[in-house]
This record gives sequence, C-alpha cells and structure tokens, in this order.
Amino acid sequence: MRYVADLANLRLTDQEVGRMIHDLDEILTHVDKLSEVDTTNVGPMAQVLFEAEETSSLRPDIEHEPLGTDLALANAPAKGSGHYKVPKVIER
Amino acid sequence: MNVTDLTISSIQEGLRNRQFSAAELTTEALRFAAAENPKTNALLLVASERANAAAKRVDETLARGENPGALAGVPIAVKDVIVTRGVRTTCGSKMLEHFIPPYDATAIVRLESAGGVIIGKANCDEFAMGSSNENSAYGPVRNPVDPERVPGGSSGGSAASVAQGTSVVSLGSDTGGSVRQPASFCGITGVTPTYGRVSRYGLVAFASSLDHIGPFARNIRDAATLLKVIAGHDPADSTSAPVPVPDYPALLDGNVKGMRVGLPVEYFRGLSSETGDVIAKGVEDLRKLGCDVRDISLPNTEYAIAAYYIIATAEASSNLARYDGVRYTIRSAESDTLSNMYRNTRGDGFGAECKRRIMLGTYVLSHGYYDAYYIKAQKVRNLITQDFTKAFAEVDAIVAPVSPFPAFRLGEKMQDPMDMYLSDIYTITGSLAGIPCMSVPCGNTASGLPVGMQILTKHFDEVGMFRLADAFERGQSSCVSRK
Repeated sequence: MRYVADLANLRLTDQEVGRMIHDLDEILTHVDKLSEVDTTNVGPMAQVLFEAEETSSLRPDIEHEPLGTDLALANAPAKGSGHYKVPKVIER
Repeated sequence: MNVTDLTISSIQEGLRNRQFSAAELTTEALRFAAAENPKTNALLLVASERANAAAKRVDETLARGENPGALAGVPIAVKDVIVTRGVRTTCGSKMLEHFIPPYDATAIVRLESAGGVIIGKANCDEFAMGSSNENSAYGPVRNPVDPERVPGGSSGGSAASVAQGTSVVSLGSDTGGSVRQPASFCGITGVTPTYGRVSRYGLVAFASSLDHIGPFARNIRDAATLLKVIAGHDPADSTSAPVPVPDYPALLDGNVKGMRVGLPVEYFRGLSSETGDVIAKGVEDLRKLGCDVRDISLPNTEYAIAAYYIIATAEASSNLARYDGVRYTIRSAESDTLSNMYRNTRGDGFGAECKRRIMLGTYVLSHGYYDAYYIKAQKVRNLITQDFTKAFAEVDAIVAPVSPFPAFRLGEKMQDPMDMYLSDIYTITGSLAGIPCMSVPCGNTASGLPVGMQILTKHFDEVGMFRLADAFERGQSSCVSRK
C-alpha cells in the first residue's frame, strides 16, 4: 500500500492506510470476476469510436491568441518572473 | 412569477409577450436561489454578477428586435466541474477551493451565446466521484423531495437545483451514471448524450474516455432544447464527433407506435420490488402507446462494474496527477523537497474517495498488473459494447431501471464503498458503450420517492431516445413532489 501511495505521490496517514487496505481488498475481490470472462480474440476498447474520416480529429492549423503568461500563472500558489516556483530540486 | 414552474418555452413566451424582462426574471431567480438554497446546499455559488450581465444582453438583443437565442433568459445551474471564466470552480474539492478558471468551457460559451443565464455553480461529489453527493468537500446536498435523503451523485447539486426550482435547467456530468441516477432520485429528467456529442473542453477530467456533459430538466422538451444548444463538433476537443446535430425538440411528435423496445432480462433480476413495480407500470404504458416490447439479453452486464472501476480509476489516477501543488492554488506549507510538496499537497487536498480511486487506479496500471487488470477491463468493455450493438439490431430502444432502489438516506452507504459502487449497476453499461441514455420520471414509491426509467438507444440516436421519452411523458402526470 505504501509502495502504491509512493507511485501516486500521495501521503497517507497510518489510519488511511489501514482503511485503504480493507477497501481496496474488497474492491479487488469483486474485480476478480473479470477472470471468468473469455476474452480470447477480443481487442481492448480504449475509446468510443464513431464513423469519420481518419483526419477528422485534426483541426485547421490557424494561429490564435494564447492564454498569456499572466492568466496561465494566475492560479499558481507561488510564481515569479513569469514562471511557476517550486521547492529547490537540485542541491548545489 | 413562480420560478419553480418555469420551463424554457414558458420563459420564451413570457419574454416575447413582455410579461417580464430577462433582468426581472433573473432578479427573481437570484432572490429565490439565495433564499431557498440553504435547504438543500445544491448550489455552491450564486453567480449574481454574471447572471445579471447575461440577462442585460438578452434584453438588449430583444430591444433591437433580434433573436436572443433558444435559451434566452433561462436560469441555468452548472455543475462545479465545468469551468467558468472568472467564476470559482471547485470540483467539490478542497484542492480547488480558490481556483478561478481563466477560460470558459465550450458548453458554457454555447449556453450563453443562446441567451442562457448562468445562475450558479452546482455542488457535486469531489471530482465527480460518488453516487450520493456526500463526497463533496463543501457538505452534502439534500434531496428536495425528502431532505433526509441523498439527491444521488455525482451531479447531485445540478439535479436537486432543478427539482427544487433554484434553476430551470442545469448541466451535469456523467461518467458512470452521474446524471441519470440523480435525475432518477430527484424526479426529473437527466440525459447522457452519445460520447463525443458534447465537447468536453472545459469539463475537468475524471475519466476522459467516459466523461460526458449532460442536461437536467423538468421535462423532455427542455432537456432536448438544452442538448441541441450544447451539442456539436468542437475543434478544441479531439474526441468530439463531427456529426450533424438534429433539431431535437422539433422532432418530438408523441408517436412511437411500432417502436421496438427491448427489456434486458439481466437488469430486471434482483430488482427491489417497489422500483420493479414502478418500472413495470411504465413498461405497460409503453405498450399502450403501441410500442413493440420484447425481452432482450445483454449477457456481459454482470462484469460492467468491475470493468468500469478499473478503467475509470486508471484514467482518474492519471488525470488527477496534475494537482500537485504547482499550478492549482493549493500547496501544503513546509515541504522541503519537490517530492514532499507533491505528496503533502495531495494528501491534504484530496478527500477519502478521491484517494481511494487514485490508489486503485495507480495499482491497476502498475508494472505487473497492467495486462491482468487494465487491458482485461478494456476487452470486457468491448464485449459490453458488442452486447448493445447486437441488441440494437433487434430493437430501436432499450428500457431499464436507472437504479436498483430509490434515494437512500444520508450516511446509509458511506461506510462501504463497494456497496455504493454496486448501486451504479444499471447506468455503467451505457457509459462504457458510449451510447445515449437518459432517465425519465416514471412514478413514485409508496412513500413518495421518485423512480426513474432509463431509455438507451444506439450511438447518435438521441432523436429516438427523446421521442420515446416524450411520448411516455405525455401519458404521465408530474412526478416531482416536494415535501
């Protein structure tokens, strides 16, 4: 559980870990039902598809005004000089 | 003027006949919303300034003798997972408590271009994850029909607002049933259009391959009108379909004689007796309308919840990775390293259900489990979709319950997430296939709780769905009763 929380960049308290083990165990037990289904020669479905030309999801390449730095940064908890600010990543 | 009785067409008539101006209507709608909302907590924010500005534009357009649009003056609530420029959008999460979006969702632009008046942002389960609206960081929503019960979820606020009358129509979002189930619980109409019918641009992503924006209304015609306005291709969403949008409300003729309606046998097994009785009566009414009703089979139904909770959580774990303390307003203090900043911010900002789904999604995507869970679930999704394709070779529409039971009590299912997930059994299949589906008020239980009937049709056949729903509605009396 701690390993998965690390992968998800999620801090969990000890109490949360206990509850999570119980809940995920129950859910995964239900999910095991899928092993009953014969999926030989069945392809995975990643998206709902519709009839269209192959290029239908491409838009015309027309220039338009971007959001702009100020608006893009407006919700940042810490910013400066047109950038997001984060804690120090590399120690000198 | 009684705002709880208004419909889109009665508002258009009132504006045309100068019974009221859009500004007067908006003033009254805002007053009513401010006074009544505390009873349900359906709205998280009343957008007075924006609503008044939109109403003013409608009145100016009318004064010039021009057409103000199909939604002129209509008070609309918008689920708080749909971004509104300059108006706080929280997704029901502490993580976005202070988030002010810098742009409008496409659906919002289209609503306002058609003269719609956005009256407020509707409460919902955090990031649309839940079936009862109890996962909102801003408190649960109470069902206007019975305040001790949930309104359903995740679009509980959008449904409760329309049922209560603090908006005339509203927008919700549906990933596994989040429009249909609350519509059913609150006794109103809720529509999940075909995947790709309505642009997702500006809908905060939960599970991108399953997310839909959909309308709530007090009658079928209003729902059809609202969908017509927001539907249609959008270059800003690569999954939006370049398929022409029919004039839905103009095609409602009340005649469904000979329409072939399928009842999936798998959906009627194990249905609680009261819900089953109400739906059975509804099916009888469809027969009286001349529908050719027959049993059909959707054999992979029992695997839908398992497939859904793998796919939806996998996509959610990726989509929610962006809330890391860098861009979205909240950052936990005193994090010495970047990695700790991510962890602490996410640990503080997300509620229990979001954490559970992020963990499940991360697990099923992790090395060694990806094929066994994620790919397997996608294959089963394909089989579920094929079930529908086969069924629609025999019938024009499928009719089923929306939920196994009517609105449950607040707190009743909060301790057992699996129990909560299982309540989505009848709505998840349509979501996985991406077909249009809707909930139509069908009647009430003995204690007065509304029961919704679900109508499903094939991809892009919203017309067939609306026509059946409309013909059915014409034979019913109003199902919303307020306590």
